[in-house]
Amino acid sequence: MAESSKASSNTMSQNDNAKTVSRTSKPAKPETASSVIFGALSPYWKWALLAVVMMAVEVVGDLSLPTLMSTIVDKGVSVGNLSTVLQTGLFMLLISVVGMAGGIACTYYASKASLSAASDLRSRLFRKVQTYSFDSLDEFSTGSLVTRLTNDVVQVQNLTLSMMRIMVGAPILLIGGIIMAIAINPGLSLILVFVLPILVVTLTFVIMKGFPLFRKVQAALDRVNGIMRENLAGVRLIKAFVRSDYEEKRFGKANNDLAEITVTGTRMVGLVLPIMFLIMNMAVVVAVWFSGQQVNLGTMEVGKVIAFTTYLSLILFSLLMVSFVLMNASRAVASARRIAEVLNKEGESELEAVHLNRPRITDNTANNTANNTANTSTNATALETTQVQTILRPGDLDTPIQISSSAMPTPVLEYDHVTFHYPRIADSQPVLYDVSFKVNKGDLVGILGSTGSGKSTLINLIPRFYDVDSGAIYLEGKDIRTMGLAELRSKIGLVPQDSVLFTGTIAENLRWGNPNATDEEIEKAAWVACALDFVKSFPKGFDTIIGQRGVGLSGGQRQRLCIARAILRKPTILILDDSTSAVDMATEATIQTRLREEKGMTMLVIAQRVSSVLDADQILVLDHGRIAGEGTHEQLMKSNEIYQDIYRSQVTEGVTNA
Amino acid sequence: MPENNKTKIESAPEQTQSSLGSENTKPVAAAPMGRGGGFGGGRGGGGGRAFMGPGEKAKNSAQTLKRLWRYLDRHKIKLIIVFLSVLMSSVMMLSGPFFIGKAVDIMAAGKGKVDLAKLWNLVLTLVGVYLAGTFFSWLQIFVMARIAQDTVRDIRKELFAKLQTLSLRYFDARPHGEIMSRLTNDVETINMTLNTSVTQLFSSTVTLLGSLVMMLTLSPILTLLALIIIPLGLLVTTRISKRTRQAFTAQQTELGRLNGYIEEGVSGQHVVKAFGREKAEIAEFDDINVRLKVAGTSAQIYSGTIPPLMNFINNFSYLVVAAAGGALAIAGQFTVGVVAAFLSYSKQFARPINEIANQYNLIQAAIAGAERVFEVLDEQPEIVDAPDSIELKEIKGDVEFRHVYFSYKEGEPVLKDINLHALPGQTIALVGPTGAGKTTIVNLLTRFYDIDSGEILIDGHNIQTIKKDNLRRSLGIVLQDTYLFNGTVRENIRYGRLEATDEEVEAAARACEADDFIRHLPNGYDTVLGEDGGSLSQGQRQILAIARVVLANPSILILDEATSSVDTRTEVNIQKAMLALMEGRTSFVIAHRLSTIRGADNILVIDHGQIVEQGTHAELLKKNGAYAALSNAQLRREAEMRESVNLSV
Repeated sequence: MAESSKASSNTMSQNDNAKTVSRTSKPAKPETASSVIFGALSPYWKWALLAVVMMAVEVVGDLSLPTLMSTIVDKGVSVGNLSTVLQTGLFMLLISVVGMAGGIACTYYASKASLSAASDLRSRLFRKVQTYSFDSLDEFSTGSLVTRLTNDVVQVQNLTLSMMRIMVGAPILLIGGIIMAIAINPGLSLILVFVLPILVVTLTFVIMKGFPLFRKVQAALDRVNGIMRENLAGVRLIKAFVRSDYEEKRFGKANNDLAEITVTGTRMVGLVLPIMFLIMNMAVVVAVWFSGQQVNLGTMEVGKVIAFTTYLSLILFSLLMVSFVLMNASRAVASARRIAEVLNKEGESELEAVHLNRPRITDNTANNTANNTANTSTNATALETTQVQTILRPGDLDTPIQISSSAMPTPVLEYDHVTFHYPRIADSQPVLYDVSFKVNKGDLVGILGSTGSGKSTLINLIPRFYDVDSGAIYLEGKDIRTMGLAELRSKIGLVPQDSVLFTGTIAENLRWGNPNATDEEIEKAAWVACALDFVKSFPKGFDTIIGQRGVGLSGGQRQRLCIARAILRKPTILILDDSTSAVDMATEATIQTRLREEKGMTMLVIAQRVSSVLDADQILVLDHGRIAGEGTHEQLMKSNEIYQDIYRSQVTEGVTNA
Repeated sequence: MPENNKTKIESAPEQTQSSLGSENTKPVAAAPMGRGGGFGGGRGGGGGRAFMGPGEKAKNSAQTLKRLWRYLDRHKIKLIIVFLSVLMSSVMMLSGPFFIGKAVDIMAAGKGKVDLAKLWNLVLTLVGVYLAGTFFSWLQIFVMARIAQDTVRDIRKELFAKLQTLSLRYFDARPHGEIMSRLTNDVETINMTLNTSVTQLFSSTVTLLGSLVMMLTLSPILTLLALIIIPLGLLVTTRISKRTRQAFTAQQTELGRLNGYIEEGVSGQHVVKAFGREKAEIAEFDDINVRLKVAGTSAQIYSGTIPPLMNFINNFSYLVVAAAGGALAIAGQFTVGVVAAFLSYSKQFARPINEIANQYNLIQAAIAGAERVFEVLDEQPEIVDAPDSIELKEIKGDVEFRHVYFSYKEGEPVLKDINLHALPGQTIALVGPTGAGKTTIVNLLTRFYDIDSGEILIDGHNIQTIKKDNLRRSLGIVLQDTYLFNGTVRENIRYGRLEATDEEVEAAARACEADDFIRHLPNGYDTVLGEDGGSLSQGQRQILAIARVVLANPSILILDEATSSVDTRTEVNIQKAMLALMEGRTSFVIAHRLSTIRGADNILVIDHGQIVEQGTHAELLKKNGAYAALSNAQLRREAEMRESVNLSV
């Protein structure tokens, strides 16, 4: 697929936060560590600027205090002039009040700017992740995404916070110190010419060394997070198999790795300070030695010696402040890169509307004839009900795809030579190979096939969780790749195989299907899914809180809630991915009957049991990713070996036991 | 940072290197890292209660600190090394200016009279002093990094081990990400603070004590005056830090909540997408995100207020001392020199106090994080082995439930008066509508949960008297929700018996008809499955789960809808393996397809948490009750199938 590059222009239209989006939607320039850091801060530049200005107020205040203090001593206390002490003291108090105010204001604005930037960054990341295609999602583990959204953002936030606090003080001190040192003794200042480059090189070296280490630290944190997550998700299994020791060992290893790499990283950046001290102090020693000689030669006064070393120290101190930031920086940059990785990953919505003008593959004559042989009798019964409905909707006929010459009504769903393989699995064979079939409106289509034959994959292509490699899928005559994802998915009611529910009340979970559903609609949907009785039997009914993944409910109950949730969407197509496996047969039959009463709803049902699809208008038999049979139960029983085989596997046992 | 550079700026011109030198640990610590570190951190008894167990009390921070100290305590020798290095580097760095002073004295001799030999000696001494000082300041960072990481690793390890002992009720009640956050974000706070605060506190204390001694020797009265800084500082710090603490607490809670939200949202992403819920997800995320921002901002603001405030108090106290000292000097109580000297010491005295105040705040953040961690560590594992619990050498598989009552939530009984008896080797089938309590019954056998009343006996022993591990090892369970780890296929099957050889693993897979599809995976048995089993179909996952149990070779077998997602043709083949497995073992089978359980020795029909019927297939049919109804419904369905075939054939 070549979607990625073209997609830039009209992307993410539905995202609401304009500020965030405007930046997100320009994938032309990939994010880098610095664009992540400064980009996040830029909307808050006013606060950041205020913070810096306020910091300047504090620094200036602080710089003037020592002079005042020495005035108190020299002109007040020493001379015994108490009024000078008090006067200067009051002035000093005033300045320190101003300094304090500056300090507090700086903290206030710096915190606001940094934390708002961090918050935006998190929001941006989460939005981005929401747009991810499954291909992208598969690339990052959940644990890693969680770390990136929390810990990594915190690292960046720490950096911006400390940057703002240091931005003023350090340069003032550095430049002031250098100027003063040169003013006192330009010759001695040459020391700086030697020392500063050495400092810069050393710092850079350590930072460069530190940066990859901290990348590893964050990756190790990912692993710790990942194992923890697995332990939480698989807690029952671990307990059942008494594998705590094994898990503790596994975790212990990840934990140790994290500790070791962090120690190495901390020690690496921990070198910065001692080295800086050494170099600068050696510079001072050198200065002392040379000034001693100069004094001896009479080219320098003693008083200047003290002043000169003082300013050298000032320079050292300012560099020290810078080095704090840099120490933080190597970790923050590692984190910012990880954030950039998430942001740069192509989002799913960028796939939207890509194939707009893709001409439909029109050689469906071949495909039609092939299909029709199998189909003609399939729809014999179905036609009576469905054709009427379809024909009654003139809109359908207007769609350009209607050119298909056959007298068949517009198929609500059509697979046209679909081939697909999972992009993340290297050198894998296609999971689906040249799959073509049509589904008429209102039909119930059963999909059978052995485990791993591609049934779930087949239906996961409809909501465009993945895009086909070749061929096309048409929903109501439109290539699904030409539809907006939101539009497409609003037509689909998916009941996933793993019946995922979320922390919250049952009603909240059902409203996923339709946020505006009334209580009556919810009850109705629950009734259709045969869930009403058990929900009502809970003391809190629909307000019963369920845990993550539906903890607290039985498998069958979860499945039925998932069905109810999907029905609430009033979907054009309802997809049941083996969604009644934990429901008893009688209930399953009831659910199916009630579902079929939902008028106009087309159903795709993946099932294991032939009995589940007995009444289907059309049954697809999948085998190793190909359609190995298509037709009604009766037709398939006549003509399809695999189907007969499946049937036998289910009925034989019935016969022996009956 | 502000208070640091400030103090430094202020002291630098006067004290030259001394300030710089002695400071060498400080800036590292106190400044950006520390403050920033604050954000990794802190949470106390506050928010997250929604997810929190009962009995959470506002603990006092002294206790929490003491408890944290116990982790540090393990590294006593290293801590002593750190302390000595701090001491040494402080001394070395302080003596630098002293020698420079000496050097200046030599130069004071003036033009042509400078004793260059002496100066050279001093220069060499200075080089030695600075080298030593550098070495010690490096050493303290070097050692402290190790202490901090070992401590944090111990805490994480303990936390993880503790989680292993907690019962399912604990996990059921909390989003996964929220628990994860304690292990990472909260522990990280502790790490940040440890890395900086310990050395910081050491060096502050050293300087503090040093100046205090000097001040006392100069003038006890003025010292007393100078000490007003302490009550004032305490007043301010405690006032603010209470707020800080609350803010950190709220921040960590929200961070945990956010973590939970992200984790749940990402792992259920296919449903989010299918239902077009992205915007709603984002809206809710933003909600928590904003709360986190607000909490975090106030934590930063409150904690950032302390340094400027303390600085002001310092200046104020300086003034008081100066005024009082000046007055007393005029009154002839002191010499002016004493007052001047005292003032310079009082300035030195102020700096460590500033830093301690700042650390105090950071420590608040760590306490908040630590409390969240300790909260988990203090959680009572609901199910523990009794001290006199026994280990059964060989479990025959005689299982009995006697008047078992059970509820997940108090007052909402799930099982009522369950009685059943399975003789060794028998197969017991559980049928009934979903939600009737079938899974719950088998869960009780594993002691995932303890029962409210009644008894469950295995080979005549109440399972509460059998060692939990012993009990669970003897059970082989295929759970309704199959779970596979992020690892290879081989590793996942081997989970059943860790010491199994590759051949045994493959034999188990073959027995379950898994060999074929496994070999078709890109790397066969060494194919790495993604998170949660990743690329496999549900049915394939179930087959692997069965292979796992085949490998485990347990005494008692529990199959909870073990093949619900496996297609029936494969199932027929697996059935052979299953029957072989069940042979001679007590087995509990939950299934909807009655055909799979017809041969059971005893079929229990469960409805609304009670056994409504039991007997063999034939007996139950004769009774013409619930089971017969269920069976007939299925038979009718199957008959329809057969009929339809007859029609069409």
